[in-house]
Amino acid sequence: MIRVSKVSKRFKVVSAVQKADLHVQKGDIMGLLGPDGAGKTTLLRMICGLITPDEGEILLMGKPLEQLDKYRDELGYMPQRFSLYGDLTVMENIFFFGSMYRLDRSVIKQRADEILDITNLIPFKNRLADQLSGGMKQKLSLTCALITRPSLLILDEPTYGVDPESRKEFWKILYDLNRSGMTLLITTPYMDEAELCTKVAFISEGKIRLVSSPADLKKSFSYPVMQINLKTRRPINLHDLPGILDVSYMGSKVHVIVRDREQGHTEIQNYLLRNRIADATIQEVLPTMEDIFVGLAEGGAERWNMP
Amino acid sequence: MDRILAVLKKEFLQIRRDRMTLGIVLMIPLIQLLLFGYAIQTEVKHIPTTVFDQSLSAQSRDMLEAFTASGYFDVTMTADSYDVVTHNIDSGQAKVGIIFPPDFAHNLKRGTSAQVQVIVDASDSLLANQAIATANSIGLIKSQQILVQKMPSRQLPYDIRVRPWYNPDGITAYFMVPAILGIVVTMTMVILTSVAIVRERERGTLEQLLVTPIKPLELMIGKILPYIAMGYIQITVALLVGVLVFHVPIRGSLLQLYLLTLFFITASLGLGLMISNIAKNQMQAFQMSFFVMLPSILLSGFMFPRAAMPRFIYYLSDIIPLTYYLDIIRGIILKGIGFEYLIGQVTALLVFSIFFLVISTLKFKKKIV
Amino acid sequence: MEYAISTRELTRRFGDFTAVDSLTMDIIPGEICGFLGPNGAGKSTAIRMLCGILAPSSGMATVLGYDLLRETEKIKPKIAYMSQKFSLYDDLSVIQNLDFYAGIYSISARHRRKRMQEMLELAQLTGREKDLVANLSSGYKQRLALAAAIIADPELVFLDEPTSGVSPTSRRQFFEIIKTLAEKGTTVIVTTHFMDEAERCDRIAFINQGKLMALDAPDQLKQQFIAGCMVELTPPDPINYLDQLSSLPYVKETSLHGSQIHVLLAHEEYMSQLARDCGHTPEPIEPSLEDVFIHIARLRKEGGVS
Repeated sequence: MIRVSKVSKRFKVVSAVQKADLHVQKGDIMGLLGPDGAGKTTLLRMICGLITPDEGEILLMGKPLEQLDKYRDELGYMPQRFSLYGDLTVMENIFFFGSMYRLDRSVIKQRADEILDITNLIPFKNRLADQLSGGMKQKLSLTCALITRPSLLILDEPTYGVDPESRKEFWKILYDLNRSGMTLLITTPYMDEAELCTKVAFISEGKIRLVSSPADLKKSFSYPVMQINLKTRRPINLHDLPGILDVSYMGSKVHVIVRDREQGHTEIQNYLLRNRIADATIQEVLPTMEDIFVGLAEGGAERWNMP
Repeated sequence: MDRILAVLKKEFLQIRRDRMTLGIVLMIPLIQLLLFGYAIQTEVKHIPTTVFDQSLSAQSRDMLEAFTASGYFDVTMTADSYDVVTHNIDSGQAKVGIIFPPDFAHNLKRGTSAQVQVIVDASDSLLANQAIATANSIGLIKSQQILVQKMPSRQLPYDIRVRPWYNPDGITAYFMVPAILGIVVTMTMVILTSVAIVRERERGTLEQLLVTPIKPLELMIGKILPYIAMGYIQITVALLVGVLVFHVPIRGSLLQLYLLTLFFITASLGLGLMISNIAKNQMQAFQMSFFVMLPSILLSGFMFPRAAMPRFIYYLSDIIPLTYYLDIIRGIILKGIGFEYLIGQVTALLVFSIFFLVISTLKFKKKIV
Repeated sequence: MEYAISTRELTRRFGDFTAVDSLTMDIIPGEICGFLGPNGAGKSTAIRMLCGILAPSSGMATVLGYDLLRETEKIKPKIAYMSQKFSLYDDLSVIQNLDFYAGIYSISARHRRKRMQEMLELAQLTGREKDLVANLSSGYKQRLALAAAIIADPELVFLDEPTSGVSPTSRRQFFEIIKTLAEKGTTVIVTTHFMDEAERCDRIAFINQGKLMALDAPDQLKQQFIAGCMVELTPPDPINYLDQLSSLPYVKETSLHGSQIHVLLAHEEYMSQLARDCGHTPEPIEPSLEDVFIHIARLRKEGGVS
């Protein structure tokens, strides 16, 4: 569906994207992950034809980007920030958006009913967009992006600032769309969402570092992850212990990335003993996407034994 | 004081970084003055004129010469029939048609009234008035010359001597340049400050400021001060153009002009700030600014003399700051008068400034809704 | 003990809509209190009222011992507020933004340089002083916004969704800063949609449809709201498996967590039955705050507005 080859883009002195290669196949839910300013949004905008790359080639559905105008309605794009008209109602926004693609009013109406049914927005058809909650606004944006029935949908941080419950509903919709054959390319700062992608691509400093499925990523992570389960909450500080690469606190759980399994286990155990923490247990777990992300952002791709 | 200083510094930095606005602020007085200073001529000269001379005599040539010598009429085309005259005026190629009948010279010699027909395109009233008045006086003068020769004393019975003060040559630029200066200053000041608050509201930075200990008046003053400096830069640029390009004489004290201008700048900034506090977004602020500016330009006495306005409009123009400033700037530059004659106008501007600032400060609540 | 914030029946209405409904709560000095709740629950409205930039419709509150309604201006020098929008001046540099807020908070010239340096270090922005804010990435902007807000060393800090739209690494750095602040005795109120951040708060205030649903430590909340046995499943297609699970009679709740499903069973003994019914081995787990969140959010939805 998308084939990006050696694409680069510079803004003045900043090199936003450098020789990026990305291949998204039909039926993929591809998650594009990376630190702030890594070039995610720039890459997405280039794929949508909103920014022209300095070099390289982008093929959408096998056709070069220059011909994009002819198959615009095959491509749905949902931008990072809510970019609809707050002073128009839900339906007015949809009609406006649809008419940009020269769709018939009756066609728009029929499709809108279908999509609004999926997105649970039917009762809010006549509400002003400004008066929708954050989660509903996102769904309206999605509805507009879907009005042409695209086969490829690109979403830039669609769940920005949306509460957990609404995020889950949103992902359910994405899965339904995917099952009906739609290919999705998405960016997100939420690692639990990254886990729901069929593939993730990690980008930092404008370069695609690796592409893999979340399950394979976890299996090929080079370092063991130890989880400490604390029965009672108490401050612990493991950062300065030898052989400890990273520590993330999750309330009653602490994830520790260690260089060596045996040594790490002993170090943690000794620490717990020294601090008289008796009610804690240590177990080795699979890394979470969050562990992996932090590992990649801080340590680079060498933490993986990728084939 | 710290807080005013902080706002002041920030505004200066932002102005400096915003090259576009800075450029506009400096270029506006230059361009407007050059454009309007040349373009706005209430005196209409060199009116394109078509002539149909059926007399073809020394007398008709003498009369025609009187017309062209006045400088108001340029004979751009001759006609050989009434139809051609009509065509020339209809098509707009000529604004005035002068027609000498075949018996013109004959009547003049016989001592009976010799007619000259002057057709004027009156769709432009300013031009028409000028042409009619000039044509009439040329007729009178030529008649006088003939009459005087017949008088025993060879002198006219009345002698009215008009002495035009302040602008004896009637140069429009002298009258217009100071006024344009006033308009340029008030326009840029109002528009610049009209977005000052509302822009921060739109960007979300206002919300942050509201949580800080800053007081509304401190914010207002901090926002106004940098633009006073801008106002003075504009005035200086405009005055330089006036003096160097249009040779406007400054008869009064330059120092007084600068001092009294302060009141006008503050009034304009206050007005802009008030708009900014009322408007909900930048677009509204712009629209309100234009809504306020247009009557200012038309009713302040910039183009049309206030004395000729209907009573209601006359009173309306009393609440326009520019009205008073035009008195001040024309007074100092052209009449060379000083503060003692302008106390009333200065007081009015002071009242405006205080009024606008008080309304702005009151209107600016430290709440978002 | 004097509370950092104490509200009684604090209410705010917008027309017919009650954004915050009779909020009564006490915030302990020096704690990190997380405000959690669905979008539009009234978290931001509550914070804006407590900052004194939005007038309450009724009710009363004291902030740092001052009356919120009558002594708003006394409160302001001692609090900081950071909104979701990162209210910075894009056309000024990092250092100019800090200098501006230092001036607004009347920090004397003598202390200013030192304080600004401290803030740069805290926000990990040393070396980028002269960069224009417009050119910073969101993680940097977020830390600069915090630094600018707390330049006057406030006693109380309000953070409204400070970590939306920044990467996991930036979020972690940011929360470390918040922890540092709290250790120095600053009271922190923070709204977030990230449950791992919520887990790190001392106490959580759950707000839904304008009402305070619960205010307690994360562990207490879990015990209080999750009755039954929580187990985790890792099926191949979790999203589409949810409905099927929900229809089982002994399943009280299901929710998706990444590629795992959390299932709340009425009792421990149903575990083996679940294993038989779905063909995967469930693993008993401690409920997470996300489970609590979803539980409370659904409670309101199903029960309607009471």
